[in-house]
Amino acid sequence: MTDVALKSRLDKRPIQEPTPWDQLKTNKNWLGLWFMLPAAAILILFLAYPLGLGVWLSFTDAKIGRSGEFIGLENYEWLQGDSTFLLSVFNTMLYTTVASVIKFAVGLYLALLLNERLPFKAILRAVVLIPFIVPTVLSAIAFWWIYDAQFSIISWTLKEMGLITANIDFLGDPWNARWSTIFANIWRGVPFVAITLLAGLQTVSPSLYEAATIDGATPWQRFRFITYPLLTPIIAVVMTFSVLFTFTDFQLIWVMTRGGPVNATHLMATLSYQRAIIGGSLGEGAAISTAMIPFLLAAIMVSWFGLQRRKWQQGGEND
Amino acid sequence: MTDLTRRTLVKGGTALGAAAALSGPALLDWAKAWAQASPWKPEKGAKLSMLRWKYFVQSEDDAFVKLIDAFTKATGVPVQIARESYEDVQPKASVAANTGTGPDIFWGLYSLPHLFPQKCVDMTDVADYLGKKYGGWVDSAVKYGKSGNKWIAVPICYSGALINYRLEASKKAGFSKFPDKTDAMLEYAKAMKAQGTPGGMALGHASGDGNTWVHWALWAHGGQTVDANDKVIINSPETVKALEFAKALYDNSIPGTASWNDGSNNKAFLAKEVYWTNNGISIYVAAQNSAKDVAADMDHAYFPIGPVGKVTELHLMYPALAMTYTKNPQACKALIAFMLEADNFNPWLQSAKGYLTHCLNAYDKNPIWTADPKTTPYRDVAKRSLTAGGLGSVGEKAATAIADFIVVDMFANYATGRENAKGAIAIAERQLKRIYR
Repeated sequence: MTDVALKSRLDKRPIQEPTPWDQLKTNKNWLGLWFMLPAAAILILFLAYPLGLGVWLSFTDAKIGRSGEFIGLENYEWLQGDSTFLLSVFNTMLYTTVASVIKFAVGLYLALLLNERLPFKAILRAVVLIPFIVPTVLSAIAFWWIYDAQFSIISWTLKEMGLITANIDFLGDPWNARWSTIFANIWRGVPFVAITLLAGLQTVSPSLYEAATIDGATPWQRFRFITYPLLTPIIAVVMTFSVLFTFTDFQLIWVMTRGGPVNATHLMATLSYQRAIIGGSLGEGAAISTAMIPFLLAAIMVSWFGLQRRKWQQGGEND
Repeated sequence: MTDLTRRTLVKGGTALGAAAALSGPALLDWAKAWAQASPWKPEKGAKLSMLRWKYFVQSEDDAFVKLIDAFTKATGVPVQIARESYEDVQPKASVAANTGTGPDIFWGLYSLPHLFPQKCVDMTDVADYLGKKYGGWVDSAVKYGKSGNKWIAVPICYSGALINYRLEASKKAGFSKFPDKTDAMLEYAKAMKAQGTPGGMALGHASGDGNTWVHWALWAHGGQTVDANDKVIINSPETVKALEFAKALYDNSIPGTASWNDGSNNKAFLAKEVYWTNNGISIYVAAQNSAKDVAADMDHAYFPIGPVGKVTELHLMYPALAMTYTKNPQACKALIAFMLEADNFNPWLQSAKGYLTHCLNAYDKNPIWTADPKTTPYRDVAKRSLTAGGLGSVGEKAATAIADFIVVDMFANYATGRENAKGAIAIAERQLKRIYR
């Protein structure tokens, strides 16, 4: 009886092997892929495609208003022996290294300072942000005036005080120009580092400091064994961004020196613009831009791998 | 500055000058008649947009807007004008040429049209019409305007770059006028510096002031970037001589010229820091408004003649071109022809106060050039100018070499002592060879 009933039920509903399509329909990953497509399309369209096009252009002899022929590595071979390009690489490295190191040091110091109990703390924090809020071009023009060969406020003040007899040639001497532009970049970049690190400092639990104090730790030890290890991930992120921004800086240099005097302040970004857009050699400009990619990748890798490793974050004792 | 009233115009000018005083309704009637008779009939429903370099003198722009309004009223074609700093017209035009969208007309500088000759509307009919009517084009304008045997742009005007110098200080140094030979100019620079009234010329990346004087210095000593067949010949004893001359000049200039951009010498001259420099008439115009004592005590001079014994000046030319992507090529031609007709061009030229110089010979008679003798030298800049690229073609290659500051950097490299002559020339030669390959 029961057999019969069972049999008839089985007859009615033959068990089917699910088709691949059925499996796909219920697969969460497959669904997820469709949900990700719009974002991926935007990324490909607005990020990967221009990047790929730029790299492709660097292998052609394209001029403005005319697509070029494929010429392989010719642009790169030419740049290898181009003293202006090599100088711009040197300038970019110098500019990035010096500015980033100082930005980090000053930024961290400011963050620690603002983290203390100060009078007017809120106002001070707002004031620190000002250089970051002012549009780059405006601050660049202001610095251009400050450094002007004839009308520099610094030269004028020192002259009035009787400390110097002639104007300081801020932007006319290669090394002066380099330090002057680096200083302007630091002035602009410090607030970003300081405020972000301050946000990181706020997240460190006070109980850790209390425990350390009870154990008799010196202020230096507290910084070295609590603040610094806990801040490391934020430092890595902030410095990566800071290095990327500095390495690709364009506006400050373009407004203040146009890459002069005698190309002493040309960065790769400004040289690329000058060659590609103003000079019309798109292919060569693209090659200079593409040459920046390895450096930028290296900067990203450092922080990426750094963030992956707890050992690096926590000062090496525990893996 | 002498006041230019209608009366002085009629007295001092020719019939051409008198016609220049058309204004208001008379100008509109004339414009309507012109539109009727013009060989270029704007397309139905045409609209134009134009990107031009940003004016140096406000009055010039006012006059320009007036003539564009007259054009719109007469033809019914609205014209949208955008203005960009004159160095920024080129990148914008380049991008527009590349993407095939943007303003219909670009009014930029130098050999802009030669950066993308195949993207420019053929303007041969407009140039021929104007040349016939107004006494022909000056030589350099023909060279700038044509690519092969067709005109790819219409030369509108030049802005001269001549020597600006202070009279009192020069007299004190023993020079009643600015010297007209390069050797004497060195003596002049030395004497001026010795008495604490130095001058100087831009060696930074100043598209206008930097390029004009270094090319003059190179050519004045017989140096050339390329020969007539565009073969690079920068590496020559003449170039070395030019470099040595420039270094001597630099050593006897005010410090800081290596950082100067186009505006630096204007500021320094007006502030009585710099006593001789090269510039357009803008310093003089500004001085008349803000530093009358400087205006009274300054004058203009041609660039001195060098060892080659002939005029080797380079002045900025401002051509107008229409892009091939425009839907209204006839309207573009009509507008450009309209701008250069005497009834428009004469008052416009006057409004520019000598800053701009015509390149059609008939406009030599414009009263602006004689009303104030201090502006007279600027009358001849179009005639005196050589073209970008020197002996070579004025095409894309010359434009690229100028845009890339190759000659400026060569001079700056040597003058500031960064490189010896051989090294400075070698760098320039390598870059030129690539551009002219």
